[in-house]
Amino acid sequence: MELAYSFDERPLWQRLNLADWLFAALLVVAAGVTYYRYGAYMDVYEQGILAGSTVGLIALGWFWKAWRLFLPLAGAIALVAIQLYQGDLARGQSAFWLRFVLSSQSAIMWMCTLFFLATAVYWMGLLTRSALLGRMGTGLTWSAAVLGFAGMLTRWYESYLIGSDIGHIPVSNLYEVFVLFCLITALMYLYYEAKFAARQMGAFVLLVISAAVGFILWYTFDRQAHEIQPLIPALQSWWMKIHVPANFVGYGSFSIAAMLGIAQLLVSHGWLKDKLPSAELLDEVMYKAIAVGFLFFTIATILGAMWAADAWGGYWSWDPKETWALIVWLNYAAWLHVRLVKGWRGTPLAWWAVIGVFVTSFAFLGVNMFLSGLHSYGTL
Amino acid sequence: MKKPSRHASFSYSLYELLSSMRFAIGLLTIIAIASVIGTVLKQNEPYPNYAFEFGQFWFVAFDWLGLYDVYHSAWFLTILAFLVISTSLCILRNGPGFIKDMKAFREKATDSSLAAMQHSEEFEAANASPEQLQGYLAAKGFRLRQHRRDDGTLVLAAKKGAANKLGYFFAHIAMVVICLGGLLDGNLPLKLGELFGRVVAETRDLPQSQIPEQSRLSTRNLSFRGNVTVAENKSADVVFLNSGNGYLVQELPFIVTLKKFHVDYYSNGMPKLFASDIVVTDKATGKETPATVRVNHPLIVDGVAIYQASFGDGGSPLNFKAWNLASPEMPPAPITGVSLSSQPLRANGHQYSLEFGEFRQFNIENMERSKAEGAKSLSERMHDAREVKRDKNLKNVGPSITFKLRDEQGQAREYHHYMSPIEQDGASYLIAGMRKTVSEPFQYLRLPLDDEMKIDTFMRLRAALKNQALYDEIARRSTAKAMQGSAISPAMRQQFEESVKWILARFGEGGFSALEQFLDQRVPADKRQAVAQTYIKILQGAVVDVMAVANERAGAKPLTQDGRHYRFLLDSLVAASSLNDYGVPVFLQLDGFTQVQASGLQMTRSPGKTLVYLGSLMLVIGIVLMFYIREVRLWIRLGNGRVRLAMTSNRHNRDLDEDFRRHRDAIQQLVRGA
Repeated sequence: MELAYSFDERPLWQRLNLADWLFAALLVVAAGVTYYRYGAYMDVYEQGILAGSTVGLIALGWFWKAWRLFLPLAGAIALVAIQLYQGDLARGQSAFWLRFVLSSQSAIMWMCTLFFLATAVYWMGLLTRSALLGRMGTGLTWSAAVLGFAGMLTRWYESYLIGSDIGHIPVSNLYEVFVLFCLITALMYLYYEAKFAARQMGAFVLLVISAAVGFILWYTFDRQAHEIQPLIPALQSWWMKIHVPANFVGYGSFSIAAMLGIAQLLVSHGWLKDKLPSAELLDEVMYKAIAVGFLFFTIATILGAMWAADAWGGYWSWDPKETWALIVWLNYAAWLHVRLVKGWRGTPLAWWAVIGVFVTSFAFLGVNMFLSGLHSYGTL
Repeated sequence: MKKPSRHASFSYSLYELLSSMRFAIGLLTIIAIASVIGTVLKQNEPYPNYAFEFGQFWFVAFDWLGLYDVYHSAWFLTILAFLVISTSLCILRNGPGFIKDMKAFREKATDSSLAAMQHSEEFEAANASPEQLQGYLAAKGFRLRQHRRDDGTLVLAAKKGAANKLGYFFAHIAMVVICLGGLLDGNLPLKLGELFGRVVAETRDLPQSQIPEQSRLSTRNLSFRGNVTVAENKSADVVFLNSGNGYLVQELPFIVTLKKFHVDYYSNGMPKLFASDIVVTDKATGKETPATVRVNHPLIVDGVAIYQASFGDGGSPLNFKAWNLASPEMPPAPITGVSLSSQPLRANGHQYSLEFGEFRQFNIENMERSKAEGAKSLSERMHDAREVKRDKNLKNVGPSITFKLRDEQGQAREYHHYMSPIEQDGASYLIAGMRKTVSEPFQYLRLPLDDEMKIDTFMRLRAALKNQALYDEIARRSTAKAMQGSAISPAMRQQFEESVKWILARFGEGGFSALEQFLDQRVPADKRQAVAQTYIKILQGAVVDVMAVANERAGAKPLTQDGRHYRFLLDSLVAASSLNDYGVPVFLQLDGFTQVQASGLQMTRSPGKTLVYLGSLMLVIGIVLMFYIREVRLWIRLGNGRVRLAMTSNRHNRDLDEDFRRHRDAIQQLVRGA
């Protein structure tokens, strides 16, 4: 993600091809239709978020070309599902395509299955050094992400079918953010995989996604946590739409960094050395993931503070979640300092990144499980 | 060179230490670890809770360490102050060098230093034109300066990405700005006032007007965050701030009046909206501002933000029917009261203090009895996993009140009474809970309701059960019925009548437990089961007659004889028996109310917020500049038919190697000669 410089010195707009412009036009039209149909129900901040996310998604597509295909595909699948519903939620259990593929829960279950498959295929590819299996792993991961993303969009629509006052963006409870976590981690990984041409990393990154998928399955089948609940007053805010996704870019990147840290430790101990990419490459991707994660985590924490100033009476209350966010932030701030200023490399930083993800998981999950506070929206 | 004095060298090494990376990382680690304490130990709880949890010794020790409010303790703030000092010194120490570096092109770099760079190469150049090279570098976004050396060689020194260093300044100054903003809102003057005893927290529960001056803060106070509860149609012009073991009173520049509090629910019973209609009246000008405060939508007046924080009962007028349990024939007496207040109550010659707790108009309960998970088939599970909507069986069971009845000895029992009929297993009951201590759960009585959904029939039955004057008549009817059904022989008539009377007397006196006690004391263990069953059978037969006699005497309609009403009678026996353990001789049946709600408002003044937000913005800009702008320097030395190309960057990675190769190839092309 170095914006610094590219050898192509033509201005950005000259470097864009037809597909880039088509993608942008598609998104602008989609945003326009959304505004035309639902603008009256949005407050000025939500209209701002609509405009901002349109620009942001276009920019992401221009920066990362695969996104130009991914986003419209997931959107199209969600639109098909929405058409099939015909405004009746009960059709989710009766209409064939909804029942088996396209209803949000079916799509998410397919996502879970595909992530498990991708993990297995990546590992087989790694151990047999098969490029074909590696490519299959990539394909499965992409498919999982497409279905998961479409499922989330469909879930958003389904929430409005339950009740017009109940509808909300699906990032409001632990179940929904776990799906979000899987999606963001997978997508960020796919970006790095393409950029560094190192599919072997998938075996490690998909492990953490599989762990999250395992949690989703348990949470669904044992706790029925997948049911859509209305928003309590504290969560009825446009801040949620930006605070939560920003946070999960952070969590996702830190997880990728930790998994690459493990891979790097294995390589430096001589295990799988002939099968994995070099320790230097893993180190570089790990650094890049932590850098982008740190940026987004900082933004998310600031957004959270601004939301808290609207909702809880102060931008900082030393609530357990806030405090643990600070601890996570301090941890990675220290990590980046010793790397950039002290010039540390290799094993100690890899270990630190692995430990860091435990600190991060505690902030993400442990706080909800073991500590009480203002931020207790997801309990187990 | 002059030797520095000892003093100077000490302060210099202190400066070295404080501004060092090592020290800063150490501080970050210590702050992280210290922060954990406050999340593990619940903060700002009432002190008795801590004393109870940790025991006297540790309670005092933890208090001394400030662990009950870690984030405002002197030692924690000191560490934060050190972080500010360390970051400031770091900026002072590195700043001048960085600024110089940002300006410099290093065009005077020597040949040897250029050759020593990691990316450096020298090659033949038949036709090197400085203008062409300058054009190339400018096109690549470099700024450059040239230097003609004494030996005639020309050095082109180029660079880009100086903003990377700017990022350092942004991010580190941001930390200082954020901490200063936080410190401003942490209200240092107040903390110092508390430290020197000028401000003393009040620990007693006093009416607001009687709180002494030393615990009051004027409207000039820079920053605060406090709470106040206002009942509907009442006003407040202060908020209360938590302070250690007590509280402080913060005067406000305005008066807040609560007109109405609203709470809305979703169809599934979850809360949807909390909102307060308030009027803010400025004390100085008398100007009134009406507004509605909702969660996520605070009102800002005079730099004070008013938030919807909580809600509750605001003292609702209540009507009760007081049933005298000791004199069951007496009709109930009407009693009025107000929730959250106390009043004396005289019952059966005893003086009680009736202490009302919270009145709640809505009680949403989950009535769900879901099928055991293990019993579900796979297809049922799959069906459930697909279903994003499930109607929770949540039900509003209606108004409730809690109260305590304290006797002359100061012993109190706590009661939790519902007002509306609650259906359980197909029958309707009035539910009343009782407990002896706060630590145990309520035990609930179910008083069966009659066809009019009243407890009057039950109370009539209970009175008759305790009325010995009726026993003869009841026993006669019971016996006649038993003989009619040939359950007993005529010879046993007398004995059966006596038994009925005896059982009724026992039961009337002490309920089932009195019968049980008798069995335990007088009947051999092997026969108890059989005798008990006989007693129960007789009692269950007699209760029909008790009811009939009671209704006749009261001139009430006789009970229809069917299964539903028989169940009513059996439930009545259980309830009448349980009422013996009710503890006080009066049963207060909630009969009516006028709801008065209260809204908990949080009010804050935080002048440091602007600084914190400014710092946050700088922090993000700083991080972006530091991570995503790469500082690159490039030198081209021309002379003697050769070109040396050298390149450095503040960060080395694979991209840099690639960039160097490309620059080298491009420049080689340029100088090869057309």
